[in-house]
This record gives sequence, C-alpha cells and structure tokens, in this order.
Amino acid sequence: MKAAPRTAILNGRLIDPANAIDETTDIYVAEGRILAIGERPPGFEAEFFIDALDKIVCPGLVDLNTHLREPGQEHKATIASETAAAAKAGITTLCCAPDTDPVIDTPAVIELIRRRAKQSGKAMVLPIGALTQGLGGEIISEMAALKEAGCVAVSNVHRPLKNTLVERRALEYAATYGLLVFLRPEDQHLRDNGCVHEGPVATRLGLPGIPSAAECVAVARDLALAAQTGARIHFRGISAATSLRMIRRAQGDGLQVSADVPAHQLHLTELDVDQFNSQCHVMPPLRTLQDRQALREGVAAGVISAICSDHQPHEPDAKLVPFPSTAPGISALETLLPLTLKLVEDGVLSLSDALARVTAGPAAILGIAAGRLGVGNSADICIFDPERDWTFTEDSMISAGHNSPFLGWRFTGQVTHTLFEGRIVYRHS
Amino acid sequence: MMGEAQALGSNEVQDLIARIANELRTDLSQRGILDPVMIGIHTGGVWVAERLHQILGIREPLGSLDISFYRDDFTRIGMHPLVRPSSIPFSLEDRHVLLVDDVLQSGRTVRAALNEIFDYGRPASVALVTLVERDGRELPIEPKVSGMRVEGCDNRVTLTGPNPLNLIIGQTKREARAGSPG
Amino acid sequence: MRNNLQLNEQGRLRHFLSIDGLDRALLTEILDTAESFAGVGERTVKKVPLLRGKVIANLFFETSTRTRTTFELAAKRLSADVLNLNIGTSSTTKGETLLDTLRNLEAMQVDMFVVRHNESGSAHFIAQHAAPHVSVINAGDGRHAHPTQAMLDMFTIRRHKGEFHHLKVAIVGDILHSRVARSQIAALNSLGVEEVRVIAPRTLMPGDIRAMGVHPYTNMEEGIRGADVVIMLRLQRERMQGAFIPSEHEYFRLFGLTERRLDLLHPEAIVMHPGPINRGVEMDSAVADGKRSVILQQVTFGIAVRMAVMSLCMQAPDRGGEA
Repeated sequence: MKAAPRTAILNGRLIDPANAIDETTDIYVAEGRILAIGERPPGFEAEFFIDALDKIVCPGLVDLNTHLREPGQEHKATIASETAAAAKAGITTLCCAPDTDPVIDTPAVIELIRRRAKQSGKAMVLPIGALTQGLGGEIISEMAALKEAGCVAVSNVHRPLKNTLVERRALEYAATYGLLVFLRPEDQHLRDNGCVHEGPVATRLGLPGIPSAAECVAVARDLALAAQTGARIHFRGISAATSLRMIRRAQGDGLQVSADVPAHQLHLTELDVDQFNSQCHVMPPLRTLQDRQALREGVAAGVISAICSDHQPHEPDAKLVPFPSTAPGISALETLLPLTLKLVEDGVLSLSDALARVTAGPAAILGIAAGRLGVGNSADICIFDPERDWTFTEDSMISAGHNSPFLGWRFTGQVTHTLFEGRIVYRHS
Repeated sequence: MMGEAQALGSNEVQDLIARIANELRTDLSQRGILDPVMIGIHTGGVWVAERLHQILGIREPLGSLDISFYRDDFTRIGMHPLVRPSSIPFSLEDRHVLLVDDVLQSGRTVRAALNEIFDYGRPASVALVTLVERDGRELPIEPKVSGMRVEGCDNRVTLTGPNPLNLIIGQTKREARAGSPG
Repeated sequence: MRNNLQLNEQGRLRHFLSIDGLDRALLTEILDTAESFAGVGERTVKKVPLLRGKVIANLFFETSTRTRTTFELAAKRLSADVLNLNIGTSSTTKGETLLDTLRNLEAMQVDMFVVRHNESGSAHFIAQHAAPHVSVINAGDGRHAHPTQAMLDMFTIRRHKGEFHHLKVAIVGDILHSRVARSQIAALNSLGVEEVRVIAPRTLMPGDIRAMGVHPYTNMEEGIRGADVVIMLRLQRERMQGAFIPSEHEYFRLFGLTERRLDLLHPEAIVMHPGPINRGVEMDSAVADGKRSVILQQVTFGIAVRMAVMSLCMQAPDRGGEA
C-alpha cells in the first residue's frame, strides 16, 4: 500500500478531550501519524489540504461494541461493508463482538478478521475474544492465546454462562493474563422469553416483559465476583437506573469497573415500542423515561464513560416477522455521532464531554492509544460540520443493514472527512 | 314539476294512502285473499305501511325489513350508518304478502326486499304497493298498486315523516329531511 | 397516531386488530350492527348475501376449534366463501415464512384474513404487510388482544344490562397471559363503565395493570363484592410453564366462583366465561349452569358480533353519498 500522504488540516476547531484541548488550530499529518499541531513543521510540504474552517476536528471515534457479521453471517453484513459505514460515521476503531460463526475463540478467526479489516483499510477492527469456548458458557476459552493473537478483551456477549462458578473461574483466568472482561449483565431466568421492558407498554401490548431486575441481579453478582477475583470488568450496555447506582457505588469503593451504554438507550424509551415497532426491539430492552434520565446523568457524571453504537446490522427479513420473533438490534454505526451530539443539544453534557464518551472514554476502557490526537498518535481523525442539518434516510446508509428506528430523524452536525492512519477514508460529497 | 321543489302536505298524503287502501281492498277481494300480511321497507315504506295496516285492519302485526344486508351496492357505498333489525313477527309460509315501499324507481330495493323475504320463508304471493312510482326501472318489477306517478328521472322524491307525512319532489333527500317540518 | 392502522381516512374500520384506540361511538356502532345481525340466525335461511363473492381465509397458527367455527359460521352467514387454513401444521413447518403464506393467499384473491397466532403483534404485522384491499381481523394474538371476544362480551353485557356507565365489572383469573382480559378492559373503559376490577394472585397480575385503568384485587371476596358482571377467565394450563400457582386446588379455593360467593354480587349480576370452562378450577358446575350464567349466550352472540365486524371492515370507504 502506498504511504499515507502528508496532509494539513487547517483552521479547524480541534477538540481532543484526552489532552484537554479545545482551540482553533492547524494539524499536520505525515506517515499516518500526527506530526505537529499549531505551527507548521519546518520543511513540511502538504500533499493534501483540508479546509476545516468552522468545522470541528476530533479524534476518530472508538466504538466498544459492533457486530460485523463476518465470518458466518455475510448475508447480514461484511467487514468491508461495515468498516465503510464506520468511515462515513467518523468511527476509526471498532470492537468486534465474538458471536461470529465460527466464534472468535481461536487465533485463526482473529487472524481472518484482521486480514479482512486490513484489506478494507477503513478502520481499525479489534476482535473481542470469546470468554468460553464456542460461547457455550461452560468451558473457558484459551485466553492466553487469544491475548497473544491480539484480543484486547474477552466476552460471552449476550450468551449466558452456565452458572456463577463458571463465571468465577472465567474471571480468575482472565485476570491471570490481565484481560479485560466485557459482561452483558442479564439473568437468563428472569429474562425468560421476554422481549421488551416489563412495564406499562408491555402490559398493554401483551408482550412478554424483561424486568429491570434481570439486569440488576446480574450487575450485583458480577460486581461481587469482580471484587472476589480481582478481574477488570466492563459492563456492556446497561439499561436500568438501579444498575447504574450499583456501579457508581462500586466505583466509589475503588473497584476497577467501567460501563457503557448504547446511544439509542439515551434517546428512546419503552414508549417507542408502541405499535409493535420492531426497529425498537433491542437487547437490553428500551426502558422507562426515568431509566433514560438516569443513564443520561450517568453519562454526564462519567460513571458511564463510553457511549457505543451496539451496531447490529440485519437483513430485511430479520425484522419481517411478528415482533417477538424479530431479531433484536439496530444498524447503529451511522447514528453514533449524531445521537451523541444530540445529547449536547439536549443540554445533557458539554461538547467536549460528549466527544470524550466516544473517543478517549472507550479508548481508556480498552487501554489503547486510540481516541486522542497528541503528536505521534495515529492520525485517526473525524472532521464534522457542527451546524449542518441533515435527515437520516435509508438511501444514505452505507451499512448493509438498514434496520434503524432513527430513519427520518433530523440531526445537526455531519461528518465531512474521516482520516484513518493518515488516509482520507471518507469525504462527504 | 321542473326545477322548483314541490310538496304534498300531510292531508294530501293521507288522501293518497286512503286511495291506495281502497284499490288494495278491491284487489284482495278479486284475488280472494282474506288474511294478508303486510311488510314495510325501512324507512318510508314502514311509515306508509303503518297507516295502510291500520286502515285495512290486517290481523297479523306489521312486519318491517331493513334491506341493508341485501343491497347490491354494499361494496361500493358501504353499510348504511344505522341498520335496524328486520322484524317479521309471523310465519311467511304460504301467506299472501303486501310489500310496501314509499318510492319505486330502479326496483333494486324491491329486489333486495324480495330476496330477504324468501330467506324468511316461502310466501304464497307477494304484491308490491308504493306511494310513488317513478321512471327509471332497471329491473322487471312493477307495483300492483301505486298512489301517484312522477314523470322524468331528474326529480328526486322524498317522503318525510313519520308524523306528519310530507312528500317533497325536486330536492335531495338530505335537503328535504333537513327542512322537514316537526 | 396510535392504532390508525385499523382505521381508514374517514375513521372507519379497515382492520380489526385491537380495541385500543377505538372510541365509544365506533364500539357502539359494532354493537348496533351486531344487533341487526342477531336475528339472522333465527330465520329459515340463516344467511344474508352481504359478502357474496368475497373470500375470507381463516389463518389459524394456533388451533382453536371454537373460535374458528364461529368465525366460519359468521362468514358463511354473510355468504362469503371461507378457506380454513391450519397453518400450525403446514407451511411454517416447511420453512415458509409468514409473509410467504400471506402473499400466496393474496394471490388466490382472498379479501379478508382472520388471524390467530401465538405471538403478540402478529395481527398488526399482517395488517401492515397485507395488500391494500385486504382486511385483517385479529382472532387472538399472543397475550395481546382478542377484540372480537371482547365485543361479544360487551354485546352480552349490553343485552342484559342496557347501559354501561353504572356497571362494576370484575375480571377474575390469569390477567397476565390473557389477551381476552386486555381487550375486555380496553372495551369496558372505552364504553365508560363505572369500574373495572381485576382479581388474581400477584403471579398472574401484571405489575403495571393500574395503567390500563383498572383496580386490582388479590382477594376474591373483596373484588367481586357488589359487581354487576363477573367475567371468569380460563386458567390456561398449557401456558403455565412456571409455577404461577401452587395447585389448582388452592386456586379454586381462593379464586373459584362458587354459589356461596355469588351471594356477594349485585342481586342481578351475570356471570360470564370466554370458554372452554375448567369446571372445578374457575367455577363450580352449579355456577356455570346456574341462572346467573350467560355463557352459552356469549357463544350465540359471538356469531352476530363477528358478522358485524367482518361486514364493517369490508365495506368500501364512506364516500358521503346518499344511502
């Protein structure tokens, strides 16, 4: 591949929360890295100029959870299609959940994913390893090998572990190798066959409900086991106010625990399921207005230090069945930044804090050098026009999955350029 | 009778009904029918039938038909907003039926009424009685007795009631019933 | 814009999916229309030609002989042609999707689907994807709704009680899993009854049931006291996957309708049940067959109510022309 060009990004408002920078300045990129900020380095001749006047320049977004569907479910999406969508959305680093087919429980699968991502060349794909073999929930995976192959974390995704003893052993083993563990907190028995939040809407529509307790019980259990084992755990996608309170308390007690929330949980509630809108069928389910408010406060306070897309592209047929049988999930890469910026509009948090939740926050959870624009860092850059109004439409989607409850929403702030390792991988036309 | 609306007051309508009753008596005796039954078609037909029923002193109570479920234009114009149940409080088997409607034009209402009557049983005969007969028949249906004839197809004829009965010629049914006295 | 799916631009019924969002005038129109159909069953020829030439498909993904039979009879009394499809045992086992089944039937020029399915929202789903000329009637979807059952119950209540506004109605049993209860609650509230009470142990009562405009009771005696109408729900044994109740014996002791408990009701009260009854679980035989029971009338009225709903859905949009 040709070397990344020398690029000058001029007159943009640089917001780099990791380095506490918010100023109008110039950025110079060479060999895929940030060469300088402010003064043009002597002898620097740019091959490309990007006029960023009135635009915001921030680190490329880091997304803690996406389902890229490859290998195994290429009828839904591929690494090529989804990294292209990520580029359009300003996302330059994405974690790929291990529920592929085969699951990410061997170095060979990791190798395959990395190769595909490299071919596509639009974003950094970080495979998350399976916590148990085949995600079966019984036999712990070869975590040491997975780590050596490049896994930054392990997870059993939404699949239940057989019992608390398996969880204890898995956490202990992960801790042995310093591996971060992503936990999707859910008690499978309390969840039962539920598909929406157990509340007034579920009662009226007669949809089997999932009580908030299904999540909170699991959070309590996982916190106890984290304290017991010393494992570094991260709660993937919390939905209930009570979970948030427990996590805040644990953080206050000094436990190394973090949490993220999918962007849609900060905007939608159980009420959006009305009329059996299967685009709002998500796991964990959309909960109450009070839960949404608590989650927003948790994001603002930093208890929740990352907002992720929880990207789950589907083929149209996956949603063309009665609500309870529809596949849960949203094709969400392309709404991650817009929904995060909407929080600023709604007065939930400052622009700099909002951008931190999709850049430095998730990068810190993973312990990687992404999500920051210091000199020497990889030139993964998102440039967006904060004033531009646009409507999210199906035609404009790059992702292979068009399943989104946000189609037709109006947003302010649109990505104009994305640079990955110094190359322009997306330019708004 | 062109253009301008014209009305028959309740006395004139009563006279019409009395004349029909007389003709019916003659017809029944000619046919040797002693104990006929009478059925009115909702809504105007029932009003006329109530009076004929009384004048003729018919033994069985008056029957009524709402032919909404038998119309041939249901899928085009939909259900009548207020369908009243049909009520035939006697057996129709081998009876002589006097079927009463207010206005006969296309004949489709009577066709529907005949269908409904036969779903209740097999009468010995059915004779049609109408207050007003108009041009514009679309089916081979003719009244045995009718009170008056209105020429031309453009005029609308509306009976308003039930008390008093007025006959309005040359207005739409809605206009006529909106302006109906009482 | 809730539930506009089942109404056309003039606010008339296009589909009949749920009581939710239907106002009193529309429910009353259904009851009035059913009243005029009620006489049809008493005549020599028990049918009217209203839907002659129309094809109605009974799509039952969940078996129910009784409901299917009354829909079939209602369709036949309207002179429609009826297709009975027991999908539970054919297409889906062959891997055909629900939409495939739908498209195939549409290709056979079916005008109306009567749908029963074990998943909540399936009737809405089918209505959303059906061709524009096709009407969909929900004959029970999961726990969500069973609106024709609710309307036949309302018809039965109106026949016995006349007006709705002064009535106290108690619904007893498995509220949690009951689509019948959900539709009844919506209908009773839309028709403006004085009070709807639901009576069940906490395991069979949704936690948020008050939001549906009802008063929950866990004590049978308190709940039925002074009620004008008592509706006993069927305890669906096949739905009892978990331990919702310890035993049928204890359920009957605490929630069964006995002759002794009848004394607590209003002296003129009626007793209803959507059927089929589990005698000795929901009620005594003496109650089921007693003078308060209107259970068999519910079955009879069910045909007229379904005729009314079918014909109202099948009529063309009201073009404001003269009748």
